[in-house]
Amino acid sequence: MKIVVAIKQVPARDSQLRIASSGKWIEDADLTYEINEPDAYALEEGLQLKEKHGGEVVALCAGPARAGSTIREALAKGADRAIHIEEDDLGDPLTAARIMAAAIQAEKPDLVLTGLQSDDLGYGQTGVILAELLGLPHATLIMQVEKVDGGIRVKRELEDGWFQHVEMPLPALLTIQSGISKLRYATLMGIKKAKTKEIKRISSAGLAGAGRQTTEADRLSHCAIERIYLPEHTKHTQMFEGTPKEAAAKLVEKLRFEARVI
Amino acid sequence: MSGDMSILVVMEQRAGSWNRMSFETLSAAQHLAGELGTTASAAVLGQGIDRLAGELATKQLEKVYAVEHDLLKDYTPDAYTAALRQLLARTQPGLVLFPHTYQVRDFLPKLATSLGRVAVSDVVSYRVDNGQVVLVRQLFQGKVNADVRLAGDAPHFASLQAGAYRGDQVAQGSAALEKFAPEIARGDIRTRPLELFRESQRAVDLGAAELIVAVGRGIRESENIALIQQLADAMGAELAASRPICDAGWLPMERQVGSSGQTVAPKMYMAIGISGAIQHLVGMKGSRVVVAINKDPNAPIFEVADYGIVGDLFQVVPELTEAFRKSK
Repeated sequence: MKIVVAIKQVPARDSQLRIASSGKWIEDADLTYEINEPDAYALEEGLQLKEKHGGEVVALCAGPARAGSTIREALAKGADRAIHIEEDDLGDPLTAARIMAAAIQAEKPDLVLTGLQSDDLGYGQTGVILAELLGLPHATLIMQVEKVDGGIRVKRELEDGWFQHVEMPLPALLTIQSGISKLRYATLMGIKKAKTKEIKRISSAGLAGAGRQTTEADRLSHCAIERIYLPEHTKHTQMFEGTPKEAAAKLVEKLRFEARVI
Repeated sequence: MSGDMSILVVMEQRAGSWNRMSFETLSAAQHLAGELGTTASAAVLGQGIDRLAGELATKQLEKVYAVEHDLLKDYTPDAYTAALRQLLARTQPGLVLFPHTYQVRDFLPKLATSLGRVAVSDVVSYRVDNGQVVLVRQLFQGKVNADVRLAGDAPHFASLQAGAYRGDQVAQGSAALEKFAPEIARGDIRTRPLELFRESQRAVDLGAAELIVAVGRGIRESENIALIQQLADAMGAELAASRPICDAGWLPMERQVGSSGQTVAPKMYMAIGISGAIQHLVGMKGSRVVVAINKDPNAPIFEVADYGIVGDLFQVVPELTEAFRKSK
């Protein structure tokens, strides 16, 4: 099975975020970056499917040069090769997906995997948009993938503890839910091997049918962020300060005599 | 924004039961239509949906569309997209609103893409500015808000997060009911949905708990959960967790609170080391009193907290356990 896993690099989860003076994005000078967590699970699922059924795992990442560290990590974990679409600003999810679809099409994979959403923009759409652009059947929030006669059978998560099995032919696209299995670490051997693996670097302008020249699409997609800001604190929260012991004592007192919940 | 901004809400039902989030979206659509001086209509898709469509016809709406087809009985992204494309071609709405459910996440990006549009997903509020709609959505797991202005050609698409508007405030009235029969062929549907199931009977009913102590990523290691258990025991509270803790297998899935887990409304909910992503907040914001303990003063959990301590949970929690034991 030839599997393309689309991964994204995002600011590390614990980052202290400050709004850039442009008001359009965050201050990114001192940020550290990591693989988008749901994408790490998508990669893990791709690697496990390859271990079971053979084939190849190709990591695909669109992003600026710094995303190279995330790509090397994917190779160290076991991806066979990688494609880095060098693009500083991916824009909205449709623009990003158009760029990636062109690269995926050239690979003719059996299965395309990606995380269910990104931890930065959080649209939760790129996978499904890719499926539509590539003309593939898809399913989202996947917790399990099995190969069956004529295709795959997946376990899809629904709300409130419900699940559903869905079957579909290959090629197909799946968005993977976090927690589908335990993530592996890169071994020393893996890190060493990764250095010899191929990373194909392409610019988005070089991809047929993609890139920035699609002005008609840009006009129609109109999903641009006008302004970003820290949420206003609308609720009155009583904060307890002092030493941990003092803060704890005050909290217990309030819960007992003011809120009367204990 | 060119042309008419009439609003269409696509309601969600499964086997004849509403997804209640749909009514929150319906309520938001009624308000927004009022502000824009336009109309709101609603659509329901499925098979055997006369009763549901009839119920919608008692709401203050311009029109109710009953989109009926045998192949819409069980949800598939292919059939839903095909049916909605035909409905939109026929009704030409300016703005199409959806509840931000798991099902909508599965087909809305496909529908929007097929029309060359991007849906604004996971919207938490809106406002009308200069006659245009500005939608507010969250970035970075709720730490940052973004304003997205709807400009350009209709139709626009957006999905509204749970809790953004009150579902029990839908205005009553009457609407013209119209049946719509889309053309869908069996061969157009590439996925085969099978039965719905639950993993196991839930042994823990967090919904009935009066006091809940919930733990999140801030706990760092599985071994540290004991610290939170001791606090829960000292208070006589049930132990719960955010999704990553259950994903990691540190606590069983049945103790998960949030959109994919249980929805709770205890007298007191204490969130420890939980940043408060929207998927968690929707599961607990009905709690009477919310306490948050987090090292990040900007964590979104403080947005819903009545009481808060900014600090290192590894220092605060043992003190709290001690204070509860003493106060007994």
